[in-house]
Amino acid sequence: MSASAVLGIVGSAIILLSLFEMMRRHRLREKYALIWAVVAIFVMFVAAFPLVLQAVAQALGIQVPANLLFFGASILIMVLTLQHSSELGRLEERTRTLAEEIALLRLAIERPGGLARSSSTTQKPEETPPGEDE
Amino acid sequence: MRGDGSDLRVLIIVPAWNEQDSIAATVTEIRTCLTTADLLVVDDGSTDRTFERATEAGATVCSLPYNLGVGGAMRTGYRHALREGYDVAVQIDADGQHDPRFLPLLLEQLGHADVVIGARFADRDDPYKVRGPRRWAMILLAAVLSRVAKARLTDVTSGFRVSNRRAISVFAAHYPAEYLGDTVESLVIACRAGCTVTQVPVTMRPRAAGTASQSPWRATLYLFRAVVALLLALVRDWPAQFDDGVTKADAHGRASLPVDPETPTDAPSKEVRR
Repeated sequence: MSASAVLGIVGSAIILLSLFEMMRRHRLREKYALIWAVVAIFVMFVAAFPLVLQAVAQALGIQVPANLLFFGASILIMVLTLQHSSELGRLEERTRTLAEEIALLRLAIERPGGLARSSSTTQKPEETPPGEDE
Repeated sequence: MRGDGSDLRVLIIVPAWNEQDSIAATVTEIRTCLTTADLLVVDDGSTDRTFERATEAGATVCSLPYNLGVGGAMRTGYRHALREGYDVAVQIDADGQHDPRFLPLLLEQLGHADVVIGARFADRDDPYKVRGPRRWAMILLAAVLSRVAKARLTDVTSGFRVSNRRAISVFAAHYPAEYLGDTVESLVIACRAGCTVTQVPVTMRPRAAGTASQSPWRATLYLFRAVVALLLALVRDWPAQFDDGVTKADAHGRASLPVDPETPTDAPSKEVRR
């Protein structure tokens, strides 16, 4: 077994183990873990059977099989990053909505005749330190 | 809901971000000009004394926990207008550029359109001058938006506008937070949702405080971003995929979008209403 095969197998085994450990500690959600697990298993497969990579590279007309690997890896990372950006956009939209709703709720509560206990609630809401509710 | 506008419930929304030097004057002026309208200042996460100044001047102030941009502030305002059942929502900038004395003219046009823009450049003798790339951007935006809206629009980036119930229910659900989204894209959205848009010529005043960016480099950047924002707005799917931002009560008004949100309360409503 060549050095690169050992490296690939050990590397992906480490990734799989850390995925498992992170999920066990609730540090990673399944929906994100799945794609990384697939990647790790794929890397392991390629490392164990380098001839497959060579055959595919030859079929595609790529001289150096490693180039195919690099190409595939960069595309994959790009796609994953893109997916994270899109996820980030959704989260931003959600926090925006929450912020708007909080502002409206605060308005409803603090307005004269609102739900506040007393009518003397005209001080700036930011003066309450975060995490300290009424 | 036609006519002189005296029997309409009007909410004036003023988005304000760090406008402590001009907000009080703006609020006072609006309150003197329009005694019957309700006034809501949306404090967009200001770090200065905007909240206090606006409250002292007699406005109802709604504070966002952090800065969301004009789009976020305005959507907050439109949601408030929708839930409180206002007939008309008015957007006026806090910096004193918009003269509330033009408002009756804008309100008059609501009989003919769902959104009325108070627009510069409509008259040839408009004292408000813009040059260079910024001007090109404005001309381009105006030309394209005029086609989309099938009406002559000369100033689509104007933050001075009036919306009726139909437009309010659209904007309460979809009001982009991105750059230029609050003006250009929101108009495209309104048109796509079947709202009609028109404009009324107004003269705008120089900003009461602060300075508008006028360097050529900034202006070019503005042109570029305007083109990008415009293209995106035109090709975008609607409603946006990102729009989780609609609560059940609002979705109720939205589900029947081009209809009358006259009775948006047939849902068992838990929201605060008075």
